Amino acid sequence: MSGGTFVGMPAFPEAAHEAVGNTTLRANLRHATHTIRDKRARAVAELDDWAELRAAGRRVKDHTLRHLDRYLVQLEESVVRAGGTVHWAADADEANRIVTDLVKATGESEVVKVKSMATQEIGLNEALEAEGIHAYETDLAELIVQLGRDRPSHILVPAIHRNRGEIRDIFAKEMAGWGRPAPEGLTDTPAELAEAARLHLREKFLRAKVGISGANFMVAETGTLVVVESEGNGRMCLTLPETLISVVGIEKLVPTWRDLEVFLQTLPRSSTAERMNPYTSMWTGTTDSDTADGPSTFHLVLLDNGRTDTLADEVGRQALRCIRCSACLNVCPVYERAGGHAYGSVYPGPIGAILSPQLRGTQSEIDASLPYASSLCGACYEVCPVAIDIPEVLVHLRERVVQGGEATRHGTKVMLKPAKGHAAERAAMRAAGLVFARPGALRAGQRLASRTRRLHPRTLPGPGRAWSATRELPKVPAEPFRDWWQRTQGARSKGKGNDA
Amino acid sequence: MSSRDRILGRVRRALADVPDGDTSYKAYEASMDRGYAREHGDRTTEQTVDLLAENLADYRAIVHRCAAADLPELLTRLFASRGSRSVLVPPGLPPHWLAAADPVRIHDRAASTPHELDRVDSVITGCALAVAETGTIVLDGSPDQGRRRITLVPDHHICVVRVPDQVVSSVPVALERLDPARPLTWISGPSATSDIELDRVEGVHGPRTLEVVLMSEE
Repeated sequence: MSGGTFVGMPAFPEAAHEAVGNTTLRANLRHATHTIRDKRARAVAELDDWAELRAAGRRVKDHTLRHLDRYLVQLEESVVRAGGTVHWAADADEANRIVTDLVKATGESEVVKVKSMATQEIGLNEALEAEGIHAYETDLAELIVQLGRDRPSHILVPAIHRNRGEIRDIFAKEMAGWGRPAPEGLTDTPAELAEAARLHLREKFLRAKVGISGANFMVAETGTLVVVESEGNGRMCLTLPETLISVVGIEKLVPTWRDLEVFLQTLPRSSTAERMNPYTSMWTGTTDSDTADGPSTFHLVLLDNGRTDTLADEVGRQALRCIRCSACLNVCPVYERAGGHAYGSVYPGPIGAILSPQLRGTQSEIDASLPYASSLCGACYEVCPVAIDIPEVLVHLRERVVQGGEATRHGTKVMLKPAKGHAAERAAMRAAGLVFARPGALRAGQRLASRTRRLHPRTLPGPGRAWSATRELPKVPAEPFRDWWQRTQGARSKGKGNDA
Repeated sequence: MSSRDRILGRVRRALADVPDGDTSYKAYEASMDRGYAREHGDRTTEQTVDLLAENLADYRAIVHRCAAADLPELLTRLFASRGSRSVLVPPGLPPHWLAAADPVRIHDRAASTPHELDRVDSVITGCALAVAETGTIVLDGSPDQGRRRITLVPDHHICVVRVPDQVVSSVPVALERLDPARPLTWISGPSATSDIELDRVEGVHGPRTLEVVLMSEE
C-alpha cells in the first residue's frame, strides 16, 4: 500500500466486474448508501442557506489554495508559538520516516490511532510495523478492517462492505491475537459487537503513551487543529497519550477561526447526515500550565505526497477543496455497484476517481482507468458541500490519459505520453475532428449512413466489439437532421435574413 | 534543500498562473462573501432553549430542566437512580451543586491515571456554552469543566447548562464566543457509532449516557 497503490491491484473495469458479481457485497452497499443518502437530503433540507454555505465553503477553500504558501508558513508560526513542532514531508516515505523516528524517540513500541485518510494513504501502519511498532486502529470500522486483514472500502464507513454476521466472525476469530479476546458467545447484534470493541480497545487506550491522528481542519490564524468523530476513540487518542503526532495533508488549511463556521455546518450534514457529529476536538499546540490538558508533546507533520502536483493542474486542483465527507460515494451509481475496493486506493468513489490519478499520476493501469469509473451523471457534483465539479475533472483527466500532454510530477513538469490501449479512441476522435471541419464531407457521410441504415450491424466488428458489447449502437435516422431542416425550415429562415 | 523549502517552492510554482493579491486578513474578510445566515429562523430566547432541549434529546441525550434552587436535589436523584457511588468533580464546580449528593467525590487531578478515571461511576461538569440548532454542548476546560479526559473515560456524564445565558442559537455565534487557545470539546449526544450496517449504537468509547440539565438561573 505504500506509495498509494494497492499492490497487484487490477484496473478498475476488471476489479469492478468481479465486485458486481458479489451479491452480498452489493446488497450491503446498496442498503448503506441509500440509507445515508436519504438521511443526508433531510439534514441538508433543514438549512435554508445551504446553497450559500456551499458557495462560501468553495470560496474559502479556493482562496486558501491560491495563497497556500503564505498560509502554510503562517500555520507553522502559529503552531510553534503554541508549543508544537512542525515537520514537512514531501512524500510518503519521508512522512513515514519522520513519524517512525518520533515514535522511536519516545521509546514506545505501541501507538493508538484515530482513523486518518492521510496515514492510510502513505501506508503508515505498515511502515511502523516494519520497524517493530504496532499501530492499533481504534475507530470501530477501522478495527473491523484491521482485524479482518482487509482494506477500507468507504471514506466514512470503511467496513461498509461487511454485514453483522461477518463482523461477528472476525471479532470471535481475531481479537484474541491482538489483545483482549471477544466475549464468549458473542452474537451479531450491533450493540454487542460495539461493546466487544469497547472492551478490547479500552485496555489499549488506558495504557497508550503515543497517539497518531490526522485532522479535518487546520486554522492558519490560530494554529488550531480540528478532529470530528462520533465514537470517542478520537478523543481518547487526542487526550490520553503523552505524545500526539498528527499527519495532515497541506490542503486541510483554512485561513481563519471564523471559517470553521462554514465547515462545521456542512461537514456533519454531508457525511453522517447529522446536525452535528457527537464529538469534535479542537486543540492549539500544547496548552499552557493554566489549562494543561492532553498530550504534553505535539508534532504536526505536513504532508505533500502529490498535493502540490495536483495544485499545479488548473482544472484538477479543485479536488484539493475536498473535506472528505464521502457524500459523493453515497450517490454514485458506479460506487454502489462496484464497491470501494475496485478503486484501488484509500480514496474510493467519485472523489477517489479524480484524486488518486492526480496524487499518484496516471501512469499505472489502475490510475489510468479511474477517470472512466463514472457515468458522468453529475450526482456527485450536486451533493458536494464544496462544489467540486467532479465530472469536469473526470473529463479533463480522460483527455490527459488519452492524449497525454503536460503534467507535474514530484514538482517537475513532464510530458505524458498517451496511454496505451486508447489508440482506437484517439483515431476516432482525430477522424471526427477532420470531418467536422469539412461540412461537405460530413453531409455526404450522413446521407450515406441514412441510405445504408438497414445494413448496419448491431455490434461493432474488430476492436470496437468490446465497446459495443455493453452498449446499444445508436440507430441512424432515415434522413440527416441537416437535410430535414433544409427541407422543412430552410425556405422560411432564408426569407427572414439575419434579424434574429 | 529542506523539504519545507521544496514543498513551498512547489506550491509557488504550481500557482504561477494565479495573480498576486492582498492576502491580509482584513482584505480576506472584506473579499469573502459570507452570504449564509448567522442563525436559522427567528426565535425568542425561550424557543431557542426549547430547540436545544429538542435537539439534544433527538441525539439521545437525556434532558432535565430545573430551577437553580432545585439542582442539588435533582443531581442527588440522578446519581441515586444510576447507583453511582463515586463522582468526578472539576476544581471549580460550584460546591453547593453537590451539597445533597451521596457519592464519593473524586477530584480532577493532573496526576490521576486513566485507569483511576475508568473506575469512577459518574462525572459532573458545567459547560462553556450550548448550541441550540445542533444540540451541542461545548466544554473549554474552564475550572467548572476540568480536563478533557474526565468527561471521556467515565461512562456517565452530567452536564449543567445555565439557561438562558449559556445557550446560543447557532454554530457561527458559538465560534464567536469561544477562545481557540483553550482545549475545546464539542459534544452532541452520547458517544455513538453507525459502523455496523449503519445501525446507530450509543456508546463505543466515550460515555454511553449523557444527561444535560438545563438550569434556569432566576
